[in-house]
Amino acid sequence: MIPELGNFAAMLALCLAVLQSVLPLAGAFTGNRLWMGLGRPLSAGLWVFMLLAFSCLAYAFLHDDFSVAYVARNSNTALPVYYKFAGVWGAHEGSLLLWVLILAGWGYAVSLFSDKLPLDIVARVLSVMGMITTGFLLFLLFTSNPFDRLLLNTPTEGADLNPLLQDFGLTVHPPFLYMGYVGFSVAFSFAIAALLTGRLDAAWARWTRPWTNAAWGFLTIGIALGSWWSYYELGWGGWWFWDPVENVSFMPWLVGTALIHSLAVTEKRGVFKSWTLLLAISAFSLSMLGAFIVRSGLITSVHAFAIDPERGLVLLTILLVIIGSSLFLYALRAPVVKGSATYGANSREVFLLINNILLVVATAMILLGTLSPLIHEAIYGEANRISIGPPYYNIMFIPLMAILAFFLGASTFSRWKKTSLQHLVSNLKLVLVASVTLGIVLPLAVASSFNPSAMLALVLAFWIVFSIVKDLLDKTANKASRWQGLLGLGRSYYGMQLAHFGMAVIITGVCLTSHYSIEQDVRMAPGESITINDYTFTFGGVVERPGPNYTAQSATVDVSIDGEAYITLRPEKRTYHARGDVQTEADIQVGFFRDLFTALGDPRGDGAWVVRVHVKPFVFWIWLGAFLMAAGGALAVMDKRYRHKPVLLAQQEALPPTADSIEAVAKVSHS
Amino acid sequence: MTPARKQKLMIVGSIVLGSAVAVALMLYAFNQGLNVFFTPTEIAEGKVGADQNIRIGGMVKMGSLVKQGAGTTITFIATDTNEDIPVAYTGVLPDLFREGQGVVAEGRIDANGVFQANSILAKHDENYMSAEVKAALDAAAERKAAGGTP
Repeated sequence: MIPELGNFAAMLALCLAVLQSVLPLAGAFTGNRLWMGLGRPLSAGLWVFMLLAFSCLAYAFLHDDFSVAYVARNSNTALPVYYKFAGVWGAHEGSLLLWVLILAGWGYAVSLFSDKLPLDIVARVLSVMGMITTGFLLFLLFTSNPFDRLLLNTPTEGADLNPLLQDFGLTVHPPFLYMGYVGFSVAFSFAIAALLTGRLDAAWARWTRPWTNAAWGFLTIGIALGSWWSYYELGWGGWWFWDPVENVSFMPWLVGTALIHSLAVTEKRGVFKSWTLLLAISAFSLSMLGAFIVRSGLITSVHAFAIDPERGLVLLTILLVIIGSSLFLYALRAPVVKGSATYGANSREVFLLINNILLVVATAMILLGTLSPLIHEAIYGEANRISIGPPYYNIMFIPLMAILAFFLGASTFSRWKKTSLQHLVSNLKLVLVASVTLGIVLPLAVASSFNPSAMLALVLAFWIVFSIVKDLLDKTANKASRWQGLLGLGRSYYGMQLAHFGMAVIITGVCLTSHYSIEQDVRMAPGESITINDYTFTFGGVVERPGPNYTAQSATVDVSIDGEAYITLRPEKRTYHARGDVQTEADIQVGFFRDLFTALGDPRGDGAWVVRVHVKPFVFWIWLGAFLMAAGGALAVMDKRYRHKPVLLAQQEALPPTADSIEAVAKVSHS
Repeated sequence: MTPARKQKLMIVGSIVLGSAVAVALMLYAFNQGLNVFFTPTEIAEGKVGADQNIRIGGMVKMGSLVKQGAGTTITFIATDTNEDIPVAYTGVLPDLFREGQGVVAEGRIDANGVFQANSILAKHDENYMSAEVKAALDAAAERKAAGGTP
């Protein structure tokens, strides 16, 4: 009964989505305010019914209703309650339901926080979001219905959730990732609305910016969680593999980052307009491409969903319709929104243009690497496959990011319109000296071995940090007191600097852990030990330990420093009863400056096992940096000027956005 | 030449130069990261060049997995039911690695004809067979049906 209710709710949601995609837009074209006004209540209704459908599936999971095929495939009575709930999005159908729920949620959020927007814009935005929701709901209901029943042969026991997913990191990873992916649909819808109306001014950019920042922040966390999960759950000790599935989540992030910066230029200076629109369309298109690649099973990856060509085809159709029609509209209408302001060769605009070029080139090269196996196969046939390994990505991506980091530091002191070279040089001199000195001296003093690329990375990280510090000092120099000066800077300024600081932290983490990690896979008999740096790892043997729905081979690894006992790590090899799957559980002692990583390999007779022992310096900083970036995004969203500017906004709409008027408005913030 | 034209020429020139460098770097990177996929049959036919980094796929032959005593090296035989290739790998095996299951490995063939794997690809899902392994098995089955080498 409950699953039918859920199914029915999803169908009603589809009806509302269809209405939402037609009525407000028709109203906007004909000037019918009643129809335009329907966007808000319809999106609220859509959200409520999707929530109901989702709750029904969650109910089926929590009550072990194995007459629902999806529950039977992905749950089990012995599964802990927490994972039963997380099982709702543990496989294709349910995660798609979550995807649509979040899509409806973003639509509802737009309808809630858009009271200052002109009604016709809200109507168009909500209609576009309604169309996207309609597409995905059709896909859900007709090809991947999570409410399908097994009424004739109802199993008494479920097949269990994939053990890899029985983990905290992976239960929260998909919701965050989808919040990011789907969140870009808001910027996308704003872009389509701008193309439809031909109006793209500073106010438009200001409406779009917080939504983009929010989606980007969620995506940052989502990707970081995925990376963190693969680090401790896959038992390989790596945190990024340039796997197709990782790549497809990273591409919208890179384009989203470019979009955030391009939106800043569009708001402050009224240029890069059509470019901004193209980025907004691309960010969401790449998100959908990601969904398509992951769910169609087209690419061999470590975590692809099961293959189903029919589903892939339907998704591809939705993808082509959305991307195709939006690019067609773009081709028709982009010339209408041309920018008019000019800027010098050395200006903040140009710095941000460089940022955009680097990010887009990085995206293009990842896209090429990810898709070329597919293209190759299409040309040369199924038996002739190629794959693109990490060396390709590292050779391309790392230099691009190094250049990006250099310009990031330098651009801190650039000004809109025109910056004198002298101004830049005088500001950067001290920063350069400090960062080069510290970046070279620090590794020489602390590290065990000389490594030039780690040095370069540290120099770049310090370069960014010192630029931020100098900028903060400069900005507060002429105030009555430093404290007062610091308080006077806007939240979006702090958001920007925090995110940039996060980038420096990530650079440090990535480079130091890549160059200074020590990784040993050794065969160890009980009592044997291995010493890495100051740490001695002693293998204590393996005992059997029962878990709620698995049996674990649990090892003890005693870690000592200079003979003094420090900590005992317990890596495990779990055999899950329902499927018989074996799952490695690494045990990690997380530290601020280094992680101690242990994982159990396979038994090699006489109580001996292969044990994976890693000492990974600064690996924690990778996720810390990602968190700082997302926090920066959140801070920027909370900036006051996104809320308390109704008067100024009206003025700006009346006036053409000249450079000076905008600069006056934007003086508070800077990003 | 007017200054404006000169500036334009400079811009166009730097774009051309930049693109050329980017393409060159890209081709180099592609070469470094590229792994061509071969089936055991193709390897037996001598299609793989010496010292070429490749990917192979097939099933792990039943009873072929050998774990050597002291080190962490293991050896097994990968097969597409038509031809076999011995594989050696040093390190920790993925959890889903099993005799009788599909396997994809990356590495190169040494002088003795043994495939020295740098990495063994794991699958997250037991029921999921990699498209590469499936293609290799299908190709071998087709060959058999056509009355080729047994």
